[in-house]
Amino acid sequence: MQSRLDYFVPEGSYWPILGSVGMAAMLGGFASSLHGNTAGTVSMILGFGIIIFMVFGWIGQVINESETGTYNLQVDKSFRIGMGWFIFSEVMFFAAFFGALFYARTLSVPWLGGDGNNLYTGEVLWPEFKSVWPLIQMPDSTNFTVPKGIIEAWHIPALNTLTLLTSGATLTYAHWSLMNKNRIGLIGGLIATIILGVIFLGLQVAEYMEAYQHLDLKLTSGIYGSTFFMLTGFHGLHVTLGTIMLIVILMRAIRGHFREDRHFGFEAVAWYWHFVDVVWLGLFIVVYWL
Amino acid sequence: MSTTTTDLQNEIDAIEGSHISHNDHHHGPEKGLMRWVKTTNHKDIGTLYIWFAFTMLLIGGAMAMVIRAELFQPGLQLVEPQFFNQMTTLHGLIMVFGAIMPAFVGLANWQIPLMIGAKDMALPRMNNWSFWILPFAGAMLLSTMFMQGGGPAFGWTFYAPLSTTFAPASTDYFIFAIHMLGFSSIMGAINVIATIMNMRAPDMKLMDMPLFVWTWFITAFLLIAAMPVLAGAVTMMLTDRNFGTSFFDAAGGGDPVLFQHIFWFFGHPEVYIMILPAFGIVSQIIPTFARKPLFGYSSMVYATASIALLSFVVWGHHMFLAGMPIGGQLYFMYATILISVPTGVKVFNWVTTMWRGSMSFETPMLWAVAFVILFTIGGFSGLMLGIAPADIQYQDTYFVVAHFHYVLVTGALFSIIAAVFYWLPKWCGRMYNEKLAKIHFWWAIISVNVLFFPQHFLGLAGMPRRIPDYSLQFADFNMISSIGGFAFGASFILLTYIIVDCIRNGEPVKDARVWESAKGLEWTVPTPAPYHTFDKPPSKELILAESSHIHVEGVH
Repeated sequence: MQSRLDYFVPEGSYWPILGSVGMAAMLGGFASSLHGNTAGTVSMILGFGIIIFMVFGWIGQVINESETGTYNLQVDKSFRIGMGWFIFSEVMFFAAFFGALFYARTLSVPWLGGDGNNLYTGEVLWPEFKSVWPLIQMPDSTNFTVPKGIIEAWHIPALNTLTLLTSGATLTYAHWSLMNKNRIGLIGGLIATIILGVIFLGLQVAEYMEAYQHLDLKLTSGIYGSTFFMLTGFHGLHVTLGTIMLIVILMRAIRGHFREDRHFGFEAVAWYWHFVDVVWLGLFIVVYWL
Repeated sequence: MSTTTTDLQNEIDAIEGSHISHNDHHHGPEKGLMRWVKTTNHKDIGTLYIWFAFTMLLIGGAMAMVIRAELFQPGLQLVEPQFFNQMTTLHGLIMVFGAIMPAFVGLANWQIPLMIGAKDMALPRMNNWSFWILPFAGAMLLSTMFMQGGGPAFGWTFYAPLSTTFAPASTDYFIFAIHMLGFSSIMGAINVIATIMNMRAPDMKLMDMPLFVWTWFITAFLLIAAMPVLAGAVTMMLTDRNFGTSFFDAAGGGDPVLFQHIFWFFGHPEVYIMILPAFGIVSQIIPTFARKPLFGYSSMVYATASIALLSFVVWGHHMFLAGMPIGGQLYFMYATILISVPTGVKVFNWVTTMWRGSMSFETPMLWAVAFVILFTIGGFSGLMLGIAPADIQYQDTYFVVAHFHYVLVTGALFSIIAAVFYWLPKWCGRMYNEKLAKIHFWWAIISVNVLFFPQHFLGLAGMPRRIPDYSLQFADFNMISSIGGFAFGASFILLTYIIVDCIRNGEPVKDARVWESAKGLEWTVPTPAPYHTFDKPPSKELILAESSHIHVEGVH
């Protein structure tokens, strides 16, 4: 094992400041575009471009440093700790939305219907309102879209569960292959995982189209639509990110990167993928099924 | 312990010597402005954080001056009510996210690697990014004031529907500023955790770590768990405002109270994020100037961890009057009051550390002792607020304002000032003007109490917070409070002078151990601390000898 003296402290870098500029341009532009400002939209797109450039440049430099043997095992451990706790912070982000769903389902919607000591809430505000879940008929749907139905758990979502669970298995197969110096298995497993990820995303798009075009189930469909689309939407965004990261890992694998005992980049993406997988299981159970 | 003092002295000399002889093959700081933009050095980044925090402190303080000027007399005097609301809102947001939190991260950057014998933070480039997001986020937040419709005026807690249905257009910029600040905090916290877990000197066990390191370690977990929830809350605000969701709209089946639950699930851990590192600072300073090891080290660690765990299950005490089942009120009340047990352990330990110590009262010690006394006052008023039936009277009055300013100003801010006076000579190799610093201390300590203590009475008598006008019976105490406020505000001019004067013309300090009885690895490196420190980790003997608490043989 290398000595601690070799812990790599990089030279100064322009990537972070570039990222900050991109982030400010993108988010400031987004806020501005929300108020109908075209320059805001331009700034948003430009900022997004800067961020993409920064991410690829920064990670490219890290990959380069990694491949030229700059990192010792201690650096490797820092990356592991960093990625692990980053994923935990993502879990907490999703927890906020799951919490909103649980709160609406078990507390606020029943209370609006007069549950608990809220008899008069129901009587005074919306006497017609009946508390049911899924909430189709909102207390006052003037500003919202009343859906005709909801997505059935055992159609597309069940298929998607199968897809993602299988992709977890193929990714693990790729990992085993990597550790057993089976490069063909590694690349094959990665390709299978990416294909499954893309299938998942395609099915998710089909599901959204079904919801919007046939069921009138929209983001604006009251608390049901809000929690449904925000939870599945953020999950879909994470699958998209994960798929892009897997593609990068595939490219690296094809170029012969990763040793059987040192392949943190692969593992980090695998952790992320499994995290996305687990979130989906939660979604399938509490959003679609129950 | 078999090692003699001479051996240790030799090692300290060697550590100091290594910095001198190795200087040639080390890269010193780059020249010019780009040094600060590109830097990956924990000391540079710590400096940036602290100056940023200080700037924001002055901006947020100027807003507080507007608030106190308006409240000097009853009636509307100086500013429009809408502008007054912007001032209370932005003052709170800037002080919390712009001043206190970055100041603590800056202290962590400077001190944690020095205190655990690490050569830098674990992820130096990310460290740079954590800082450089802040100026952009701060600018975005401040820019809202100049937009059409004005800046956010719904209070720093941005309750829906004030922040959704009835908020100005600039709220969307505010939302993204919060996103950026949160992103920065999460990256900073990840870095702290990775540094403490992975960069610690190999012979330093967890229970050998100085308390500042411990408290920051625990704070970092709070940050990672709490900040993403805030991101979730502002994201829901964003979609409710712009994309037709109904998280906080009862007409669509949502609930404005849901916002309060999500906000305070973040908000309560947040108050401990702002106080746990303060506990750590005080636990470093008091042993130094009491010339005794810290009393009850391990109980301090467990108390900190207990406070952190409890902080996640007490958020409802901010919402007793928002509509909550009686069982919820009882639960949140008891859980809240439970926190006074570990906090009491801490106060007891600080007092006991001072008990029969050979105390001397240099400026950092004065601030630390002031912290213990005044923070405890804030803690007691917190207990009063935690009692659900009593809170019906206190809720939304100046009593709450007095309470959280005692914990955040005389608590968090005072600990930061104490820390700066304590470590500044190590950082810049110069001593501040002790006489001026003492004058500043007494000026600040008297004025801050004139400022905030009468607010307890105002609140108990029923004066509501966040209102620019008040009824006549509140006039006297408000005038006293405002006079204290102006005096306290002016004290920061003197503080600025003392700090700048120290850095530029202070008496040079040569001793590595700036305070003769200070313990800790940071006092084994030369003064001023070289650009790079601890290329070689310190030995076990040195770590134990530099520990500010008592080790029981075989237990540590």
